[in-house]
Amino acid sequence: MTADSNIEARYRVQRPQFELDVDVRIPMRGITGVFGESGAGKTSLLRCIAGLEQATNSRLVVDGETWQDDDVDFSRPIHEREIGYVFQEPRLFGHLDVRRNLEYGQRRTRRGDIDFDDVVALLGLETLLDRNTDTLSGGEAQRVAIARALLRAPRFVLMDEPLASLDRVRREEILPFLDRLHVQLAVPIIYVSHSIEEITRLCDYLLVMDGGRLVAAGQLQQVLLQVSVPALGGEEAGAVIHARAAKNDTDYDLTQVEFDGGEIWISGQHEAGVELRLRIRANDVSLCREVPKATTILNILPATIEAIEPDGGSSELVHLAIGNERILARVTRRSRTQLGLQPGDQVLAQIKSVAVRNAPAARR
Amino acid sequence: MSSTLGPLLLSLQLATVTTLILLVLGTPLAWWLSRSNSRFKPAIQAGVALPIVLPPTVMGFYLLIVLGPYGAIGRWWVEVTGEALTFSFTGLVIASCFYSLPFAVQPLQSAFDSMGKQEIEAARTLGASKLDAFFTIAVPLSAHGFLSATVLAFAHTLGEFGVVLMVGGNIPGETRVISIAIYDHVESLDYATTHQMSLLLIAFAFVVLFSMFMVNRRLVKR
Repeated sequence: MTADSNIEARYRVQRPQFELDVDVRIPMRGITGVFGESGAGKTSLLRCIAGLEQATNSRLVVDGETWQDDDVDFSRPIHEREIGYVFQEPRLFGHLDVRRNLEYGQRRTRRGDIDFDDVVALLGLETLLDRNTDTLSGGEAQRVAIARALLRAPRFVLMDEPLASLDRVRREEILPFLDRLHVQLAVPIIYVSHSIEEITRLCDYLLVMDGGRLVAAGQLQQVLLQVSVPALGGEEAGAVIHARAAKNDTDYDLTQVEFDGGEIWISGQHEAGVELRLRIRANDVSLCREVPKATTILNILPATIEAIEPDGGSSELVHLAIGNERILARVTRRSRTQLGLQPGDQVLAQIKSVAVRNAPAARR
Repeated sequence: MSSTLGPLLLSLQLATVTTLILLVLGTPLAWWLSRSNSRFKPAIQAGVALPIVLPPTVMGFYLLIVLGPYGAIGRWWVEVTGEALTFSFTGLVIASCFYSLPFAVQPLQSAFDSMGKQEIEAARTLGASKLDAFFTIAVPLSAHGFLSATVLAFAHTLGEFGVVLMVGGNIPGETRVISIAIYDHVESLDYATTHQMSLLLIAFAFVVLFSMFMVNRRLVKR
């Protein structure tokens, strides 16, 4: 695998009430998020790549190797595509115990570069190996499904909303395992989700789909700023910045982190030097011209307005540069007019809250 | 006693051979019916189900014609083997296969239907070929369907009367199965032997069905 190897996928599917028409390039490294509303064609794209769904005009090239090409009427059968697929439901085999579920794919692969015990440890399955699948909780079953897909020693893994069928508690239980996958395994993952939370936590690269088409693609941080894309604007608009923990304030349970543009305080204790990913929602950022005299906001940073975009109705989204990082602020049109905000202006950004991803910063 | 046991053994032999053939031929047919969206599917399903609604005499009559020395299959058989199909054990097996086909295919198909495609898809993405996924996933997950198909095809062949009478006649050791023998004994007013045979058959059928439901219960629990 070379540094810039990728997956090229081109598919067209036409069904009543549904259309998919995409031609995408997905990097073969890190986690690539596929984001969009339900019905946007995310699942269909994954199923086409796996060979589970028929399409027209198909072409799939993985790291320079053609897996599918309708022009020459060639399609690798499903079982010869070296992929791992994690479905929304675990889809474990009820007649096999956990261990034999895990071994199912491993026995059928010729690529031997993945160790059973490593994967079992990575997903914390040591104590579950001899259990029947119907005795597992939803979260445990989905962890087994993820391990089973990894043990097939895939070239890349397709995950179709693997957390969607779980409640919040179970989801929180699995996310740390996905973080670990990200760091400890070199296998690229294509991760479908309609949750911006999961996407901003896990992904390095982002594809946004709408109505069966690709509407944005690129590095996560840059794509998140494309707020004119409906899925990325509105209430959920926000930016991600990378930071490093610097200093702890144990009295108030805060940590000061440094990023390429300044320092901010975040809640909780993080060991100095740890890389963090911070998500800052546009709704949590407000702007002022002068340093406020008394405020409960801890983080007030000088910023430069780069652009102002309408965001429907009364509000607008302001793109801000703080050092080399970019964040978004939502302001009302009225406030913008009253303060006379213009691109190029120096302002102060008040950041009310920051969501911290313990996931390490993206490997770029 | 041998006049009681002979027809019973012949019936068991016929039912065993028929069931084995039906499992081999019925499984791919049931799988196809379960997975296909072909426009021929309803017609084939109707054809498979026909023996359930038709009087055995109708089936038997046409089988007699087709398998007879002047029928399409019967003539070919005579040319190849030099023997007639009608009034022979082989002819009886062929007739039974048609007659009991729905009893093997329908439980298999409903088991395959209820399994859906989820597990098969998962197996395919884990590197299993279609055949591999079928034998390692579909078959074990449809174990109860195979059990029902086996028991129903077997029991139904055992109880068959009309078709046998039409195609096989009443040749001891060749086509004189237990249902024919019972009819025979009633005709000759030999009620003692009739009781003997009938009670034997009732007991046997009950034990077989009882065992099936017991095993099925354990399969479902798992």
